[in-house]
Amino acid sequence: MPITKVLEAQIDHVSILDEHGNFDESLGKDLIPDEDLIKLYGHMVICRLLDEVAFKLQRSGRMGTYPQNMGQEAPSLGASYALEQTDWMVTCYRENCGLFWRGLPMEKILQHWMGDERGNDIPRELHATPIAVPIGTQMLHATGLAWAAKYREEKRVACTFFGDGATSEGDFHEAMNFAANLDIPVIFFCQNNQWAISVPGRIQCSAPTVAQRGMAYGMDCLRCDGNDLFAVVHCMKQAIASGRDNNRPTFIEAVTYRLGDHTTADDARRYRDADEVELWKARDPISRIKNYMKSRKIWDDTQQAKLDEEADEAVSSAVRRAEGIEAPSKEDIFNWMFAELPESLALQRDTMRTSSIGQDPSQIEAVESSAQA
Amino acid sequence: MANLTLVQAINLALVQEMEKDDRVLILGEDVGLNGGVFRVTDGLFKRFGEDRVVDTPLAESGIIGTSIGLAMAGLRPVPEIQFEGFLGPAYDQICSHAARMRTRTRGAFTVPLTIRVPVGGGIHAPELHSDSPEAIYAHQPGLKVVMPASPYDAKGLLISAIRDPDPVIFFEPKRIYRAFREEVPEDEYTVPIGKARTVCEGDDLTIVSWGASVVQCMQAIERSGRSIELIDMRTIYPFDMEAVEESVKKTGRCVIVHEAPKTCGFGAEIAARIMEDCFLHLEAPVQRVAGFDTIMPYYKLENDYLPDADRIEKAIEEIGAY
Repeated sequence: MPITKVLEAQIDHVSILDEHGNFDESLGKDLIPDEDLIKLYGHMVICRLLDEVAFKLQRSGRMGTYPQNMGQEAPSLGASYALEQTDWMVTCYRENCGLFWRGLPMEKILQHWMGDERGNDIPRELHATPIAVPIGTQMLHATGLAWAAKYREEKRVACTFFGDGATSEGDFHEAMNFAANLDIPVIFFCQNNQWAISVPGRIQCSAPTVAQRGMAYGMDCLRCDGNDLFAVVHCMKQAIASGRDNNRPTFIEAVTYRLGDHTTADDARRYRDADEVELWKARDPISRIKNYMKSRKIWDDTQQAKLDEEADEAVSSAVRRAEGIEAPSKEDIFNWMFAELPESLALQRDTMRTSSIGQDPSQIEAVESSAQA
Repeated sequence: MANLTLVQAINLALVQEMEKDDRVLILGEDVGLNGGVFRVTDGLFKRFGEDRVVDTPLAESGIIGTSIGLAMAGLRPVPEIQFEGFLGPAYDQICSHAARMRTRTRGAFTVPLTIRVPVGGGIHAPELHSDSPEAIYAHQPGLKVVMPASPYDAKGLLISAIRDPDPVIFFEPKRIYRAFREEVPEDEYTVPIGKARTVCEGDDLTIVSWGASVVQCMQAIERSGRSIELIDMRTIYPFDMEAVEESVKKTGRCVIVHEAPKTCGFGAEIAARIMEDCFLHLEAPVQRVAGFDTIMPYYKLENDYLPDADRIEKAIEEIGAY
């Protein structure tokens, strides 16, 4: 036969709890126990409040540029919930909800955006890497971390998060290629929030799905409604099993939406339709869970009132802790450059000077005394 | 004790360090089955297996980025970039991440990484196989940059680099990979990062150099018949200013020799520091014999570009007569 079909592809889109409250029993039953669902919902409420407060902190000059996570709580939270504490989470900067779930103190994130490196001093037992600013570069680190786990024969996966914009960067493709060809258990979790600052998704990826990126590398491609916590957990479970059992990477596209601006330095009204934003507000992951829980009679207004109080306290104390940290010392500019500071650098630190006479004023006396001699 | 070439000394360092520390692994293009295009990793794949000597996809940023992840997890990866001309694609990972991770996280994450890269011209190679970018990486805070010029130093420095808790770029001057042999102890030893070596002592003039140029410097010194002190820096950053200062204060005259282009080459930094630290001891301005501020030519003109013993000798005469 001169022409034979060598590949046929299919990608499924998973939706379990949709924006209208329809719940697929066959997929959703027993996926998230009720007591967990209540905790997850409460957690999203706190995270949303923190996000709103963070915005205000920036506007009032108490924090620098901040990327709002609003609307994207479910993807990283569902992932974090499905992962073990010992699995790596390698994030960019819109995964606060998932990071807080696994124990990252909220003030760490605030401190990062308040211009303090101590926000990145993350306890190793959290297995979370710091916020990654250069787009699309952290997936390679996730691949290395998962590779190290495999090297040590640990059953640990790395889940790395990025947006649709990052799938244009070369390093993203290199990471996918490495993981697929060398059998490294990485979950490539794309939060397709459809905007990279002002550039719409079709400029990053004009293919029908972002998920099919994974096909080029021969890995499983899953796609889901990212605002559906159940669908995210469903896909994650599959990906985690693939990683742990077979060292295979998986690509997950979670379709979501960036309800806020790219950061507090951006104004999305310049390039987005208000209609589009309204459409996605109706798909909010938090109200979706609330309505579902209410319909199942496991949540009521009394509980909500109590939660709102707790959220207020949790967020206020996080802000207090973030702002209450003592000022960094200028020596900190130097003290973490190397395990052991080279002499020339120690001299710069001790004198806060770079000019040679500034570093060693005795040189002037030496000149004067030799002139007198 | 055996007489080894630079290649053999590096190979020995890798073998011994891999035996000693199972956190060490090698990765890169053609390093496994093929033993490396210069055969520097020859025999390692057979000895240590495919999990520790890994043939990676053809992707420099991927090699370094995954190595950063391996290092963050506490392993000691020793990736190879096949030629210095191909460091370009990895520049972002090196400078935006490897160099920054410790200070960015206040020590929560560190990158004990050693990047091996053949460097320099003179082997009639194709384009982008003959460059000298050491100054670019010396200018990036957070990196250590070393370049041994002898087999003994290569073994000792590589082991120091692998054991260093911070990222090190280990440049291997390919022109002298097999140019000569010297005694290299089988026993474990290290050469400290940040310390220069005095190749020969002298009173009238100091030559400062590194990499394969050290060989041309020795030839020029021999031909000149003068009393010249030659310092092989061995480490570009953090560099041994003390050794340079002591020598220049003694001789009062200094010629710096490097293959890399003159402007903003590392010789400029050393010259500035000599001016700061030895100003009143100088009998003549510091001279730099370096590559021209051009793209490295294709190999027909290579020898017109590279600082040779003639050009170095001329500089010696000129500064001597100043």
